[in-house]
Amino acid sequence: MELLLDSLFNGVAIGSVLLVAALGLAIVFGLMGVINLAHGELMMLGAYTTYVTQLIFKLPILKPYYNSYIIVSIFLAFIVSGVVGILLEKTIIRKLYGSPLETLLATWGVSLILQQFVRSVPLAYGTGLVISLLIGLFLPTTFPSKIKESINFKYFKFSSWIFAALTGVLTGSLISSSVSKLSRASARNVDVTAPSWMRGQVEIIGTAFPKTRLMIIVITLISVIAITLFLNQSAWGMRIRAVTQNRQMSDCLGISTEKVDIITFGIGSGLAGVAGVAVSLLGSVGPNVGGNYIVGCFMVVVLGGVGNLLGTVLASFGIGIMTDLIGAGRLLSIWPDMPLPLSNTINFFATTSMARVMIFALIVLFLQFKPTGLFPQKGRMVEN
Amino acid sequence: MSLSKFKFDRKIVLSFWIILIALIIAAPTLLPVFRLNLLGRYLSLSIVALGVDLIWGYTGLLSLGQGIFFALGGYCAAMYLQITSSSEFPNNIPEFFALYGVEKLPFFWEPFRSPVFTFFAIWIIPALVAGLIGFLVFRNRIKGVYFSILTQASLLVFFNFFNGQQKLINGTNGLKTDVTKIFGQMVGSESMQRIFFWITAILVIAAWFFAKWVVKGRFGNILIGIRDDEPRVRFTGYNPVIFKTIIFSIAGGLAGISGALYTVQSGIVSPQFMTVPFSIEMVIWVAVGGRGTLMGAILGAVFINYAKSLVSEALPASWMFIQGGLFILVVTALPEGVLGWIQGDGPRNLLQKFGLKRKIETYPSLEVNNKDGNNE
Repeated sequence: MELLLDSLFNGVAIGSVLLVAALGLAIVFGLMGVINLAHGELMMLGAYTTYVTQLIFKLPILKPYYNSYIIVSIFLAFIVSGVVGILLEKTIIRKLYGSPLETLLATWGVSLILQQFVRSVPLAYGTGLVISLLIGLFLPTTFPSKIKESINFKYFKFSSWIFAALTGVLTGSLISSSVSKLSRASARNVDVTAPSWMRGQVEIIGTAFPKTRLMIIVITLISVIAITLFLNQSAWGMRIRAVTQNRQMSDCLGISTEKVDIITFGIGSGLAGVAGVAVSLLGSVGPNVGGNYIVGCFMVVVLGGVGNLLGTVLASFGIGIMTDLIGAGRLLSIWPDMPLPLSNTINFFATTSMARVMIFALIVLFLQFKPTGLFPQKGRMVEN
Repeated sequence: MSLSKFKFDRKIVLSFWIILIALIIAAPTLLPVFRLNLLGRYLSLSIVALGVDLIWGYTGLLSLGQGIFFALGGYCAAMYLQITSSSEFPNNIPEFFALYGVEKLPFFWEPFRSPVFTFFAIWIIPALVAGLIGFLVFRNRIKGVYFSILTQASLLVFFNFFNGQQKLINGTNGLKTDVTKIFGQMVGSESMQRIFFWITAILVIAAWFFAKWVVKGRFGNILIGIRDDEPRVRFTGYNPVIFKTIIFSIAGGLAGISGALYTVQSGIVSPQFMTVPFSIEMVIWVAVGGRGTLMGAILGAVFINYAKSLVSEALPASWMFIQGGLFILVVTALPEGVLGWIQGDGPRNLLQKFGLKRKIETYPSLEVNNKDGNNE
């Protein structure tokens, strides 16, 4: 019983990281049909945001609030990755709707640039750049409609970008002068240390669970609930679902598909940032951290069926529990006296990398029977 | 709108081939050993690029897993070399096995004692694996991005497997070939490398003719049909699964040959050949060169790799930016690739933008006076 609980918890913990990482991808891929290979790098940005936030909270002014930095960084990571995602949508992905293979290649290019950017630009100036992007993209939308409709709006837009650039440079140099760790570029991995209230373990029914794992499960739970509520209850959520079902018809009915695309992509990317916070709690953060998760995330989305959150949830917990069962060789301890050839096979796969081999093979096998995943979208098109 | 508009004179074609062959023969004397070796490697990569072009440029299947077949070919060649030159090691098996306490050659390596078997294994094994993966995927009508994701996942499966199996294939360390012997010569020696360069050059030309032959005629038409409208091909009575499987295994076989040639020239095969970035890079060579143009795939592979080595020597950090930019640029601005752009109307449109007037095409002047002179 205890063993089963232990295994279940480990599985849920692995699965919840996968889930929070795949959630954004499921939205972007499922709802917009866009393959975003830069998703892992958006996660990486979220993880680096956590690191930067942590260092800034060590400054004397913010020191008293240090323990709450992780909560703040969840929101900041959402914003940072979301802004970068929106920029990506506005500049590149928008041109490539309807040609998913091209999108895939272009986003791979973006991911390479983001990785190298983190390596060769000091984090302080990176932060400044994100801040100026944030201001430049959103300041014009806050202007009163009188200005927005005037002919001179482009000048207002232009001047807000200048203002944004100035603010960005200022914050960048401010951070770089006050936090020396952020003022130099480095390709080395960095470490995020959890605040004291998150260290240690909690005992539930006689078994000790690390608190960081629990925190990740909580983050995942909140993200899933929030995104479900948003999609099913809010007006924009309804518009997103409408565009997913039939783009042309929604367009004809007056839904701004352009805005829907931006919002969907922004939220999907923001969720990648939140996943980045979770990932930063698990181990050290480096430019390649996203690459470890991206294929797993795609597997979750493909297995769960596109455009279906429930499928995504089930698939990621399924993969998580299977990973733990196979990778730790738990089947042997549950059923100790199994026949020798079987136990040899299980021992053969009882490492993390071999467990991945096994699971991907199982997924490909599963897709032989249900090619469109657990919960396929029903349609009558030839292509479906 | 294709190159066939300019019909080349037979003499020009012939002299082009003569110059090319002369260059290939003379290359070892013209280039320093280091550069010759690089050129040989990049030429061997152009064979895998031809395969990518066949499946992506002609059939519309974007595979992100060509590294599997590339590495399989490499492992076949490397294992043969290791086994044949292992006579001085204990148990007559390659040296690394002793590190892990393996005393007998694993049974599946046994046939690799034979050079004939290896010669066929290098391309047949990757082709079979490709055919199997392809058939399983295509049978379920999994296509488009799902196909790409699944090939990437298979790539990771193979990578993890090869990485983890020390006792069978030396795991992460891979198999070295440069100190092994073939025909009594060291594989890494200069004279051997020169021979490998020539073999590579000949095989690139052979692969090019083969690929040209594949895309010609009805088979090629069906491939293009699958790319442009698969359901219609199916409704006309063809079974796309068969054609897709065949072309995917052809590409796999080409990748295997390419991997074997690359391995003997770089001196090592390791699971690094199966990393995700390497397989995606193969796609960008084709994309930059021009997908759907076979020569574009070859030129793209050679030039991008050469540029990569030159840039990485000068400014190591900037290659990632350049490469990332290339991906974005070629997809958004040059979807046909460089060669496709030249063959299309690209240069003329560009000249027009700079104010140079484009010649207006008119009908060729009608022959008012035909030969019989009836109209007069």
